[in-house]
Amino acid sequence: MRSDRIKFIVFALVVLLLPLPLSGGYLTNVLIFVGINGVLALGLNLLLGYAGQISLGQAAFFGLGAYGSGVLTTQFGFNPWVAMVVVALSVAVFAFALGFPVLRLKGHYLAMATLGVGVIANIAFNETVDLTGGPSGLSGIPNLAIGTLTFDSDLKNYYLVWCFALGMILLSLNLVNSRFGRALRAIHDSEVAARVMGVNARLMKVQVFTLSAVMSAIMGSLYCHVMTFISPTSFGFSFSVEILTMVVIGGLGSVYGSILGALLLTLLPEMLRTFQDYDIIVYGLLLVTMTIYMPGGLVEGIPALFRLIMPTKKGTEVGNA
Amino acid sequence: MLSLSGIGKRFGGLTALDGISFEVGKGAITGIIGPNGAGKTTLFNVATGIYPPSCGAVVFGGKDISKLPPEGRARLGLVRTFQNIELFGKMTVLENVMVGLHTQSGSGLFACSFRMPWQMREERRIRERALELLEFVGIPELADVQAGTLSFGKGRLLEIARAMALEPKLLLMDEPAAGLNSGETADLGDLIKRIRDLGVTVALVEHDMDLVMDICDHLVVLNLGTMLAQGTPREIQDNPAVITAYLGEE
Repeated sequence: MRSDRIKFIVFALVVLLLPLPLSGGYLTNVLIFVGINGVLALGLNLLLGYAGQISLGQAAFFGLGAYGSGVLTTQFGFNPWVAMVVVALSVAVFAFALGFPVLRLKGHYLAMATLGVGVIANIAFNETVDLTGGPSGLSGIPNLAIGTLTFDSDLKNYYLVWCFALGMILLSLNLVNSRFGRALRAIHDSEVAARVMGVNARLMKVQVFTLSAVMSAIMGSLYCHVMTFISPTSFGFSFSVEILTMVVIGGLGSVYGSILGALLLTLLPEMLRTFQDYDIIVYGLLLVTMTIYMPGGLVEGIPALFRLIMPTKKGTEVGNA
Repeated sequence: MLSLSGIGKRFGGLTALDGISFEVGKGAITGIIGPNGAGKTTLFNVATGIYPPSCGAVVFGGKDISKLPPEGRARLGLVRTFQNIELFGKMTVLENVMVGLHTQSGSGLFACSFRMPWQMREERRIRERALELLEFVGIPELADVQAGTLSFGKGRLLEIARAMALEPKLLLMDEPAAGLNSGETADLGDLIKRIRDLGVTVALVEHDMDLVMDICDHLVVLNLGTMLAQGTPREIQDNPAVITAYLGEE
């Protein structure tokens, strides 16, 4: 318990101090997206890594958050904060209602159903041209502001996004180490045994599905205010797969793993610019290699790699440190 | 306590259970025996709601629970263990028992994520109670071990501790002695008696006749999905139909 707290505080300090040496440059901008993607991966990890239920429609909830906030603020003159709350609550109701029929399905069928939700949402973003601007996108979305403080620079947005992200990471850590989290892991290990233990598996699956949808929607709202412009291509099927890749590469069933996976997969495209369109091959290779050699993801793989490289660690570590 | 009336279960063309009716008496240890394929495990699955019965009714504590899902039956105090041990393998031994205390606690999604003070108190209470239960079955030293790494015998004890966490009124045990050596089986017999002495009614499916004859107050014999006989262990031992079913006819 106590070491968990210290780990989180160290992590939070690193996050909060990181932009100082970067002085608001390009990397700060990239790190904003690490925060957004990290929470998206975390939401999916609660569902997939803990409860064992897949979703290939996470981009849809992210998109609903972004378009919800975007449309309400530009077309209906909502205050961005009010819009964010309204959208989060609406997505919660939607996901809860959707979860009951969809989560009756298992495995491949659940993957197909959630994929369908993602595709339908993307078509809706494209076709409701009057509201969303359709394929040409929605522009002129205002920045978020608290009083006279407007979040209009990369540095300000970095702190905005990461405050939300840190909050959600802390709540997720609490959740997975509680009665609720134990029940989720129990459902993952043996749903029959969990139900015989009195766990209402169906309701809990729907609840965690709703939670992951709401987390994605809130990040969508932040995303639209950070970017001030959104278009449907950001919320397609390929992005759902990318979120899934982050979760698997980072480590299923690990809160920090989700962030690590998001960090790698957000930085990687920047580093792979030289490969241009062939970067998808690198992604594929990475995913295949990871699942074969690091099935536990980076959070388990990196320490294992260290042990492999330095088998005599105990003897030499003192001198090196 | 538990009353089964006219239970039938068909899987396609196969009739696994046909017109089974009997009562599990309160406070006693009831044994359900029969040759392989007699339908014993199927009967447990119907009683605990894993499968719906094709016909008949399951009445528990005077209430018809035939339509209740397994989690609903568990909340009423009808709890089971599994033949092949269904532990939560990736969780620790202590966490397994803590899941068993799910129905004895109530913190939801919000209380858990925000660490509300009452949730923290509840968490401490669950942890202490889980440790007590591990002591009851005799494996407190394994609390932090991953459940998937336990030996079969220890896993069985953990499963019993986890089931006892629900404070069952009726505990159904599916072949509790399967895979245990003779020493472990004897200890298990003592444990089951201690569970009965706590006021928990026990019903078990078992192949180990020494154990069955030692601990059971009442026996029910199934054969090929029908009920062959019921009575005290002595009556069953002398029943010619039972002997024929087990040993075959001359």
